[in-house]
Amino acid sequence: MFELFQYSFIVRGLEAGILIGLIAPLIGIFLVLRRYSLIADTLAHVSLAGVAIGLLLKINPLWTALGASALSSIAIERLRTSKKIYGETALSIFLSGSLALAIVLIGLAHGFSVDLFSYLFGSIVTVQQTDIYIIFGLSVLIALSIFLFYKELVYIAFDEEAASVSGLPVKLFNTLFVLLAAIVISISIPIIGILLISALLVIPTITALQLKQSFKMTLFWAELISVFSVVSGIFISYYLDISSGGTIVLIMLLIFGLVLLLKGKIISKRNQ
Amino acid sequence: MSVDHKKNIIEVSNVSFSYDNVEVLKNISLAIHQGDYISLIGPNGGGKTTLLKIMLGLIKPQSGEIKLFGEKIENFKHWSKLGYVPQKAINFDPLFPVTVREVVSMGRFGKKGLLNWLGKTDEKIIDRALQQVQMSQYADRLIGNLSSGQQQRVFIARALAGEPEIIFLDEPTVGVDTKNQEEFYSILTDLNKNLNITLILVSHDVDVVSQQVTELACLNQTLIYHGEPNKFMKGHYLENIYGKNSRLVDHKH
Repeated sequence: MFELFQYSFIVRGLEAGILIGLIAPLIGIFLVLRRYSLIADTLAHVSLAGVAIGLLLKINPLWTALGASALSSIAIERLRTSKKIYGETALSIFLSGSLALAIVLIGLAHGFSVDLFSYLFGSIVTVQQTDIYIIFGLSVLIALSIFLFYKELVYIAFDEEAASVSGLPVKLFNTLFVLLAAIVISISIPIIGILLISALLVIPTITALQLKQSFKMTLFWAELISVFSVVSGIFISYYLDISSGGTIVLIMLLIFGLVLLLKGKIISKRNQ
Repeated sequence: MSVDHKKNIIEVSNVSFSYDNVEVLKNISLAIHQGDYISLIGPNGGGKTTLLKIMLGLIKPQSGEIKLFGEKIENFKHWSKLGYVPQKAINFDPLFPVTVREVVSMGRFGKKGLLNWLGKTDEKIIDRALQQVQMSQYADRLIGNLSSGQQQRVFIARALAGEPEIIFLDEPTVGVDTKNQEEFYSILTDLNKNLNITLILVSHDVDVVSQQVTELACLNQTLIYHGEPNKFMKGHYLENIYGKNSRLVDHKH
């Protein structure tokens, strides 16, 4: 099997995949517990508009995707907290708005030389060596931020009001958090694809939640599921010559199904 | 710690608050002294929880002034002197994956400040807080698996872990059965008498809290009564609040 490591794109794909597999649950667990999973989908569509801008202007689309989703994440958070509109409508405005922008931009460019399909569903072939450096740098930044502000983020996710009374700058942390989410989403595009990013962020956490453990252990299991799915998904997609994003998500769903099934069996055994 | 029962630790002066155009609080002035065990009572929509949230700095009144420990709330920095047991404590997400110990340790975070980890001293304080509410043996259980009475005690322990001088409780016994309510109130009395913690308790259950607290403040948009519970003439005030003639009379005592 080791002959596949001779292909540099596979190595790059695995490197990027492991990094993303590691950081996705760090953000995903907070998104799920704060009932904010939909922002992942929204920022992914915003990233598509960013990718389109990048391709049009011939800039590395990773940068434009990052810029677009970072700016939008702050705008969404502002709209949400201003309470001028409902939180989830802020999300749908950005979701459909950015999709509209992406479609128009793609139309203006009369199609791209790059396969748009690989951005929608993930393809490790698009990962360039410079992307690896960017993904690595940003992954370190995200892991470090979560590590440093772990206790505050957990407190805010669990009880925002009490966290605020205790003097924590809740607004600042909320903005920081959506910004981190935006970064994770943008750098996940090459591996998992725009349409499947929320699955990457959400499924490992909801699977780990079924195990009913402490916060730290839940995060640990989510990490394990996430990295395993990403790595095995990249291998399988290479051998079967299929999209990496789809394969990864299906593996995650398979694990989720198995956990639910086993859990049901254990509970019914206990009740016997 | 000596307690000066005359020392004002919270001063509310001429506070008014409206949600959109509905006036919830009208010209409220109230002083809370060190060591008080006071309950804010009144009908639903009477503004009890709103006043509590104003005192906690969670919402800003349209007019009036709040002082905490002699400092204007806008300039107040010592938030760890305040403990908070929110109403939400009984409506929180039962699937949230945290153990009792993890919840109680949250109470230390404000005191520690950013970028500081909890150390051995903090762990000892967390242990002590768990003991004070008799929840030590549940430390490693998930909070969602406890009864609502036990959950409520965990939230008190969380407030205690911050070593506060005042604890604010918003309808803490909603959903807690009578037997557990009694235990709950005996814990509160202990905190007030033996640890000299000032307690501010929002409740709609006049009968129960009247037997527990040392002071009552009755709110229905205006402050109708503030004083000892045994001087609170329930019938008279309830008539003012709920009576057929629903126009409010502002009693200045």
